[in-house]
Amino acid sequence: MSAPVLLDVRNLSVKFPMARSRMGLGPRRSLNAVSDVSMRVAAGETVGLVGESGSGKSTFGRAILRLGELTRGEVLLDGQDMARARGEDLARLRRETAMIFQDPYGSLNPRLTVRQAIGEVLHVHGKKGAAGRDARIVELLELVGLDATLMDRRPGDLSGGQCQRIGIARALAIEPRLIVADECVAALDVSIQGQIINLLMELGQRMHLGMIFIAHDLAMVRRLCDRIAVMYLGRIVEEGPTEQVFKAPRHPYTRSLIEAIPEIDPARMLPSAPLPGEPPSPVNLPEGCAFHPRCPLARSECRTAVPPFVGGAHRAACILAPGGRLNEVGENLPETTPATPTERIETC
Amino acid sequence: MTDAPILTVNNLSVAYEGGGTSHTIIDGVSFTLRRGEILGIVGESGSGKSMTCRALMRLLPSSRLRVTGGSVWLEDGRDVLSLSQGELTQVRGRRIGMIFQNPASHLDPVMSIGRQIAESIRHHRKIGRKEAWARMLDILRQVGIPDPESRANAYTHEFSGGMRQRAMIAVALACDPDILIADEPTTALDVTVQAQILRLLQQLRDERGLSIIFITHDLGVVYQLCDTVAVMYAGRLCEYGAMHEVIHRPRHHYTAGLVACQPGSEGGTGRVHTIPGQPPSPGDMPPGCRFHPRCGAADALCAARQPPLRETHEGHACACHHPVGIEAEAEA
Amino acid sequence: MSGTRAISARRIRWPGTVTPLVLGAAILLTWLLIALFAPLLAPYDPIYQDAAVRLQPPSWAHPLGTDNFGRDILSRVIWAARIDLQIAVFGVVFPFVIGTVAGSISGFFGGWVDTIFMRVIDVVLAFPFLVLMLAIITITGPGLGSFYIAMALVGWVSYARLIRAQFLVLKNSDFAMAAVSLGYSNSRVMFRHIMPNAILSSVVFSMSDAVLVLLNGAAISYLGLGVQPPVAEWGIMIAEGQGFITSAWWITTFPGIAIVTLAMGFSLLADGLGEALGVRE
Repeated sequence: MSAPVLLDVRNLSVKFPMARSRMGLGPRRSLNAVSDVSMRVAAGETVGLVGESGSGKSTFGRAILRLGELTRGEVLLDGQDMARARGEDLARLRRETAMIFQDPYGSLNPRLTVRQAIGEVLHVHGKKGAAGRDARIVELLELVGLDATLMDRRPGDLSGGQCQRIGIARALAIEPRLIVADECVAALDVSIQGQIINLLMELGQRMHLGMIFIAHDLAMVRRLCDRIAVMYLGRIVEEGPTEQVFKAPRHPYTRSLIEAIPEIDPARMLPSAPLPGEPPSPVNLPEGCAFHPRCPLARSECRTAVPPFVGGAHRAACILAPGGRLNEVGENLPETTPATPTERIETC
Repeated sequence: MTDAPILTVNNLSVAYEGGGTSHTIIDGVSFTLRRGEILGIVGESGSGKSMTCRALMRLLPSSRLRVTGGSVWLEDGRDVLSLSQGELTQVRGRRIGMIFQNPASHLDPVMSIGRQIAESIRHHRKIGRKEAWARMLDILRQVGIPDPESRANAYTHEFSGGMRQRAMIAVALACDPDILIADEPTTALDVTVQAQILRLLQQLRDERGLSIIFITHDLGVVYQLCDTVAVMYAGRLCEYGAMHEVIHRPRHHYTAGLVACQPGSEGGTGRVHTIPGQPPSPGDMPPGCRFHPRCGAADALCAARQPPLRETHEGHACACHHPVGIEAEAEA
Repeated sequence: MSGTRAISARRIRWPGTVTPLVLGAAILLTWLLIALFAPLLAPYDPIYQDAAVRLQPPSWAHPLGTDNFGRDILSRVIWAARIDLQIAVFGVVFPFVIGTVAGSISGFFGGWVDTIFMRVIDVVLAFPFLVLMLAIITITGPGLGSFYIAMALVGWVSYARLIRAQFLVLKNSDFAMAAVSLGYSNSRVMFRHIMPNAILSSVVFSMSDAVLVLLNGAAISYLGLGVQPPVAEWGIMIAEGQGFITSAWWITTFPGIAIVTLAMGFSLLADGLGEALGVRE
C-alpha cells in the first residue's frame, strides 16, 4: 500500500478487571478482551475486522477511538500516539475520527430531529455559521441518499435504513479521515444492507477515507474491504488482502469461518462435519494457540506455545501456515484430516 | 418425502385490531408440508413470516391480533383453528414443537435442562420417572449434547449459545412431534455454530422423518437446508415452490431481487445489488401488488389489481402479473 | 418478531377522551383556579371569628358549616388551597433540582465522586423520613420556610437515586457514546443528550412525590411545626377540628376531602404522564 499510513495501532491490549471469585477471596482475575493487536490503516483503505461474538472486535474498535478503556499499546494517528491523549490531543482525535454504530435507532438521540442532530455536530465543530448550516445539512443528507424533507423528523418516525444513513451523515459532518463502522448493517434487512454497503463503498472512495469495518458477516466484508483481519478470542489470527484470504485462507479458523457462510452456490454446500464446539470464555483462555481445542489440524505443540504471526502481506498465526514453523516451504494449509489419530486433540 | 401432506395451511389471514382500525397483517397464506420436508419461509422483518407460524399454532402474541379466516388441517383431518383448548394443548406438544431465536427466554431458568425435558415427556405420556429420564438422555444425545448424564443436571445459564439452542430443540422433541417450527433459530448464533445447528436439523429430518418449517431472513440458509421455500412480502405469499426452482429461476421480481442482494453472489466483489425503497408498514399498504412501488417491471395493472398466486410450472407458484422470464412464453 | 415489532412501534391510543392525564390535569387546574380566585370565591374572611355562629352545621349561610371560633369552613378551605398548593410545589421543586444535579454528576462521572454521593445518600436514608424532618425543623424553628428547607435536605435523595440509575444506563447507550465520539464536551453530553432522556422518570415521580409532600406538609402543620394558626391550611384545620370530630364532623371532613382530591389529581397526572411519556416506574 503506497498511501501514507493514517492509523497505526501497535500491540494494543484491553483487559477488564473481574470480580474475585469465591466471595472476594479468590485470585484477582481479568478478562483479556484484546491481546496484543496491531493494525495499520492507510488513507482511502477499508480494512475489515471479522470474528465471532466475544472475539474482541468491537472492544478493539472502541479502544482505538478512545471510547472504551485500553490497557496497553499505542494508537498512532499521523504518527502521534493517542492512547493516552487528553485535552487538545483528544479533541484532535475526535475531529478526525468518527464511528458508525450497529443499532440504527439506539445511536441517535430519540428527542432530537435530524436537523438538530446534524446541526449540533456542525455547531460544536464550528463548521458553518448558523446561516450556512441548513444548506450543509441538506448537502450531507443528499450525500447519504436522503431527501431534505426528512430534516424535521425524529428517529422514531424513520426506518432502520434511514436512521443508519443519518448516523452516517452525522459522522461525515465532522469531516473525518478515519471511520470505524461497528456492525453497521447487522440490524438491517438484506435488501437495505446492500444500500448501506454501496453507500460506504462510494463515500470511502470519493472522500479518501480510512475505514475499519467491523462485522461478523464475511460476505459483506468481502464486498467492501481491501484488506481483512480475522480475530479469534482477542487476537488477530490472520490478516491479508481480502481476495487472498478468501481464496487461500492460511489459518484453519479462517477456513472454517468461510466454509460456514451459507451461500447460494451448489459448489459450496455446508461442510458435512462443521467446526465443532464454540469459542471458550475469554476469562479462561486456553494455553498456547487459543483455537487449538476446536482446531481440526491441532498438534500437541499447539497446546503449549502461542504461534507467532508470520508471512508478508498475508500473515497468519499458525504453525501450519506458509512460513510457520512446520511449513517453511510455504504450501497451502493441509486438508482437514489430522496427521495421525494420536496427535489429534479431542474436542470437548 | 412422501406425498401425503402432514399440515395444510389454507388461506390463513390475521388482522390487527385496535384504536378503532383494523389492518390485515397476514393476507391469505396457503402452503402444505409433507412428512420429512423442510419448508423455508423467507421474508424481511415485517413480512409476517413469524406471525404466520404463530397463527397456525394459535399462539398470537397479542389480544389485538385475531385470525380472521382460513384453516390449518392436520394429517388426521382436524382443523387446528377450531380445536378445543384441551385438544390444542395436545397438538402443541405432541404434533407440533416450536423453537425460537432466543432459547434463553423460552427455557425455564430455575429447572435443570434434564428435568424440563423429562417433565414434559411425563406430562404427555403415562410413563415412570426412570423411563422418562432415560428417554430424556436419549434425546439429549440425539441433539448432540456431549456427556448427557452430567449435562442433564445443568441449568440454562450454564450452557453456551449453541448448546442452549440444542437444549431447546431437545425440549421441542421431547414428545416426539411430527412437525418442528423453527423461528430464526440460528440468527443469534455465530456462523460456525449456525452450521452445526443446520446440520443437526438435517440429521433429525433424515433419522426421524421430522417435518420442519424453518423461518429465516437468510436465503443462504434456505439454500443449504430446505426442500421447498415460501417467500413472503408485506403479509402475502409472493412465491412458493421447490427450493432449487425458486432460487435458481425466481419468477417473482421480489424473490429475484432478494437472490441478487446476496452479498456472495456475482463473484462477491463490487457493488451489491439492492432493491430500492423499503417495505411498507402494516397500516399503509399500497393497493394492488404490494411490491409494485419497489418493482422495476410494475405497470398500471400491478398498481390496480392484486395478482393471484398461480402455478407457473409444475410445483412452482408465483403471485405476479409479469413473472420473470415468462412474458415471452405468454405472448407466444 | 417481524409483525409484532411493526405494531408495537405504533402508539396505542386510549379509547375515550377521559384519560388519567386529562382527569388529573383537570383536578389540578380546578384547584389552581380556586386558589387564584380565592378572594372572589370565598364568601367570608377566612380568619374572621364570629362568636354568634360557632360550630354551625352546613347551612345556606355557611355551606360547609363553621368551626369552634365561628369561622366559615368553606372560606377557609378555599383560602387554604393557596398554602397547600404552594407546599406541594416548593416541597417538590427544591428536592427535584438538588437531586437531579447530584444524581447526574454522580452517575455520569462515577468513581470516587459517585462513592461519596452514594454514602451521603445512605446516611440520609438511614434515618426515618419524618424523624429527620422533625429534627431539622426543631433546629431551624417552626414555619413553612423551615419545612421547605427540611424537605430539600431530606427529599433530594429519591431524585438523586432515580437520576443516577438512569444516567448509569444511558451513559453506556449508543447515542451517548456517539455523542462522545463526535467530540462533544462532557457538559453537552450530560445535559443535552443524557439529561432529557433521563429526567422523564423523575418528572413522573415528582407528581406522585407531590402527594406525599402535601400529606407531609399537613402532618407537620398538624404537629404545630408548619403553618402557624390562624392561617388557613388543611392540615391545621383537621388538627383543630379533631376535638369536635363526634359533635361537628364538618370541621375535619371538608379539609380532608380537599387534601384527598388534590392528592388524587397529582397521582392521576403522574400515571397519565408516565403512560404518555412511556416511563415505567
